[in-house]
Amino acid sequence: MNAQRLLVAVLAALALAAPWFAYPVFLMTALCFALFACAFNLLLGYVGLMSFGHAMFFGTAGYFFGHVVKAWDMPPELGLLAGVCGAALVGLVTGALAIRRQGIYFAMITLAFAQMIYFFCVQAPFTHGEDGLQGIPRKALLGGLIPTKDDRVLYYVVLAIFVFGYCAIYRIIHSPFGQVLKAIRDNEQRAQSLGYEADRYKLLAFVLSAALAGLAGATKAMVLQFATLTDVSAAMSGEVVLMALVGGLGTIVGPVVGAFIIITMQNYLAATGEFVLVIQGAIFVVIVLAFRKGVVGELAEWWKRRQAR
Amino acid sequence: MFELLGIPPQALFGQLLLGLINGAFYAMLSLGLAVIFGMLNVINFTHGAQYMMGAFAAWLLLGLLDVPFWAALVIAPIIVGLFGIVLEKLMLKRIYHLDHLYGFLLTFGLALVIEGLFQWKWGSSGAPYPNPIPGGFNLGFMFLPTYRAFVVVAALVICLATWYGIERTKLGAYLRAATENPTLVRAFGINVPRLITLTYGLGVALAALAGVLAAPIQQVSALMGVNLVLVVFAVVVIGGMGSIMGSIVTGFGLGLVEGLTKVFYPPASNTVIFVVMALVLLVKPAGLFGQTK
Repeated sequence: MNAQRLLVAVLAALALAAPWFAYPVFLMTALCFALFACAFNLLLGYVGLMSFGHAMFFGTAGYFFGHVVKAWDMPPELGLLAGVCGAALVGLVTGALAIRRQGIYFAMITLAFAQMIYFFCVQAPFTHGEDGLQGIPRKALLGGLIPTKDDRVLYYVVLAIFVFGYCAIYRIIHSPFGQVLKAIRDNEQRAQSLGYEADRYKLLAFVLSAALAGLAGATKAMVLQFATLTDVSAAMSGEVVLMALVGGLGTIVGPVVGAFIIITMQNYLAATGEFVLVIQGAIFVVIVLAFRKGVVGELAEWWKRRQAR
Repeated sequence: MFELLGIPPQALFGQLLLGLINGAFYAMLSLGLAVIFGMLNVINFTHGAQYMMGAFAAWLLLGLLDVPFWAALVIAPIIVGLFGIVLEKLMLKRIYHLDHLYGFLLTFGLALVIEGLFQWKWGSSGAPYPNPIPGGFNLGFMFLPTYRAFVVVAALVICLATWYGIERTKLGAYLRAATENPTLVRAFGINVPRLITLTYGLGVALAALAGVLAAPIQQVSALMGVNLVLVVFAVVVIGGMGSIMGSIVTGFGLGLVEGLTKVFYPPASNTVIFVVMALVLLVKPAGLFGQTK
């Protein structure tokens, strides 16, 4: 246990010192995607539901944030709130329909709904279509107490949001509610026969995951000051699956590691154009065929084997 | 000329024809998905990419070797089908024992690789394919291009032939039996793994055939299958993958629904299939023709 505490302390120190060593905007983007991937993983890793449409929460939350802050000229806190609530609402409607089917159909249904939201966003006036919602102003937080024009200051805000989201997920997984979710994942019929209404639990988990994905999307819009169609597209839904998969499904740190790996890779490969997609596709193939546990899962396995010796 | 609800008949029938053609592609593609899923338990996300490969194969055959459309209609599906068989042998085979979602992820990754490579080689803007049967008929109330009429008829023939092959022939009977209980069918001395490989090849060839048919109508481009496959997923959810006939009827029907939407409320034409999907999930979650397994 001591080793674990030490690890957390080291990670915390690293996270606090990071903006002095790396480009803060990059770190903030990575943190947003890490939270997004964790939200996705809450659903797949702990309820066994694979959503292939999580971009619909991430992307729409960005639009909600941008519209509230730019067009309505409200403080960013309300923008974040609007993003979270909007994503949760989208999650409630699509989730209530999607959980009526199981397994692979669930993935196809969420994918189809995400595509529907995408087409809606292409046409809706407030999203500005292909141009996207540009130039969302960065306003000071807490009524002027925290100036966010400085990237490093904003970094700590984003870090706080990430830690909040991460702790929320940790709390959800380790609560009695989380235990029921895991029971449903492992054996839905049995959970139901014990009196747990599986559909209600699944829907609540879906809405929570959507809300957290929304928090990530709204935060990303705050950092980068724009919201575009890319964030609602099917490719984005695939990307978050990839992040969780690379890191390790069903591990709580996995998606964070996966998000940092994928974002770093994209950063370095951005110049190669189409090859980013080719490489991402190839990673999918390799992971599914050879390393299904992901980076963190494989490392944990290795550690366990070492301990056993 | 007469008018229906204030819509000029040319526009109405024009959109209905367009809807019928889209429906023909939905039917052919969802049919292939259903056949593959039945046998392999894999939702083939590469279906859109393989459809694109069919169109590209025809375009390259014409451009490089001067192979005419009618020959490409046979050769292109064979080439792409063989490619599918290689994929099955090398990769898909290894994941049948795993959860469905891994097949979905693997084929999604493959689609990214294939589409990315085509985009890198040929760019994302489309290339035109010459219409093999130009001209058309004047039906009085609308102009019917011959090629488009041919596509609808050809798609119907292909769909019905697939239905016949699976529901009424001996090989089809093996196939259906192997879907129900592979172990038992193996005990009867039938090579089930080979049957699975052939099924995948056939499903992929069907997608490629649809691609060849689409080449003269749409532009041949690396991304032509990307959005299509997502719509086809919705079609499959609406129809349910239980019955072959169900896939065909749902595919054509939804094409028509989409065409009608384009006439009466154009902004919703992109989303109408997804709305239908939501309604079907409310009323009959297993799909119109599906059984709950």
